[in-house]
Amino acid sequence: MPDDKRVAVLGAGMHPWGKWGRPFVEYGLVAARDALADAGLTWRDIQFVSGADTIRNGYPGFVAGATFAQALGWTGARVSSCYAACASGAAAIGNARAQILAGLCDVALVVGADTTPKGFFAPVGGGDRKDDPDWLRFHLLGATNPTYFALYARRRMDRFGATEEDFAQVKVKNARHGLANPYARYRSEVSVDEVLSSPMVADPLRLLEICATSDGGAALVLTSMDFARRHGGGADPAVTINAVSTVTPSFPNTVIEMPNFSTDSAVAFSSEWDSGAGFRPSITAAAYAEAGIGPEDLDLAEVYDLSAALELDWYEDIGLCGQGEAEKLLRDGVTSLGGRVPVNPSGGLSCFGEAIPAQAIAQVCECVWQLRGTAQGHQVEGARVAATANQGLFGHGSSVILAR
Amino acid sequence: MPTRVPAVEGWFTPGEGATAALVGSRCTTCGTYAFPAEAHYCRNPDCDGQEFETVELSRRGKIWSYTDARYQPPPPYVAADPYVPFCLAAVELAAEKLVVMGQVVGGVTVDDLKVGDEVELVVDTLYSEGDTDYLVWKWQPIAADRSD
Repeated sequence: MPDDKRVAVLGAGMHPWGKWGRPFVEYGLVAARDALADAGLTWRDIQFVSGADTIRNGYPGFVAGATFAQALGWTGARVSSCYAACASGAAAIGNARAQILAGLCDVALVVGADTTPKGFFAPVGGGDRKDDPDWLRFHLLGATNPTYFALYARRRMDRFGATEEDFAQVKVKNARHGLANPYARYRSEVSVDEVLSSPMVADPLRLLEICATSDGGAALVLTSMDFARRHGGGADPAVTINAVSTVTPSFPNTVIEMPNFSTDSAVAFSSEWDSGAGFRPSITAAAYAEAGIGPEDLDLAEVYDLSAALELDWYEDIGLCGQGEAEKLLRDGVTSLGGRVPVNPSGGLSCFGEAIPAQAIAQVCECVWQLRGTAQGHQVEGARVAATANQGLFGHGSSVILAR
Repeated sequence: MPTRVPAVEGWFTPGEGATAALVGSRCTTCGTYAFPAEAHYCRNPDCDGQEFETVELSRRGKIWSYTDARYQPPPPYVAADPYVPFCLAAVELAAEKLVVMGQVVGGVTVDDLKVGDEVELVVDTLYSEGDTDYLVWKWQPIAADRSD
């Protein structure tokens, strides 16, 4: 792949995920300093700071790039701050990458961190907001995020015969994957029986199958290929980002998505009705096209398991198998560590919970360590190509493809 | 007699029983429907339409998927005390080729629902405050005793 399409990943850093209740800036700084040290660079080397915003931590969260830059000490570095729901971290990576590929800077720092409230995510801000669909879906329907995940899960059971045990097996696999991950919040094995005896939250999804809300922080140091070679004494960088997809849905999006009350109407596009495709497959398709690879080239994937059932949807959406074949892939061990293409070797959201603006960056950090061969205790042997996939509300999604 | 007020203005007809309907829009240029109604731009990217007629959407549809809310949703949901779990359904409207969410009427559990079941729209109380009942649309399964 030519240099003008790639950026080097010189550093990756994370603050462990948990429920610490401290200011989000602290987590971001720990991650940023770890990423800088990992890269062998200092804060003064950074020319561009790309922050992923958090919307639950006041004004500093809305200008996360500047918040982190001020906390590290103003150096005059250029800055951007962006919000793209669950894809915010990948959008921040995309902004840094664009600056580098355009030749506007050589060295960029990407940071995302979050401090989250307990329980269901609720709409941000007070007052009656009858023009905000995110406020209205709670007010008029009582539709929480798990409501939507559960609609997909039930649909999967009806269309493909997925069972509650299949969903539980995803949780069991991911819990096992995350056991040795020092950054994971939940590190204990669970059995199918334990999953199936946890409280039902949104039928058919149970408590242990639904992603928690977490605190955490993640950061990356990205550079141009030329800079990486100069910095590395002429050697090629160990890991590169070969594609970043942040596509929006294509009309008509016929799958119901957060925070909407309805899908698009497909009357002007009759052939799209009942295709069942929805938005997710287009997210990684764009990344594969940009990287010039296909799903058959993947050695591992980190996907957004907001629910255990949703991980099965992702197997199909990222092209690991055809529609309705995900349960077989899981049962055959293909997506477990030791299998042909392990999915969520980090333990996934199942072991992390979600720290919104940090999560898509954390997915990339995990891929970096896997490709370097340093993911101790959960290493995918010989990994050369990795992909992330993620989706959030209001038409956001992302996929990042990395290689060594 | 409590006052009955829509919890949101203009999203459904004030009628009840067999006359209740969701109110959406239809683009006069390409025919694309929207719920809630669009007033300015058509969501079809290939359509420049800016004129919309207000339409009542199909009152009956088929369940695309369903779930329930075993735990009380956070505000701004206004829950009864004690909290009573409810079901939600995403329902396909064939004529409009879209799927609309809604709560399912009280007394129905997930065991009463199946993907593909036919439901119809009703207007029902979402919550009450003082002497006022706030209304919303809900989906009601069509006569469960009817043979399939």
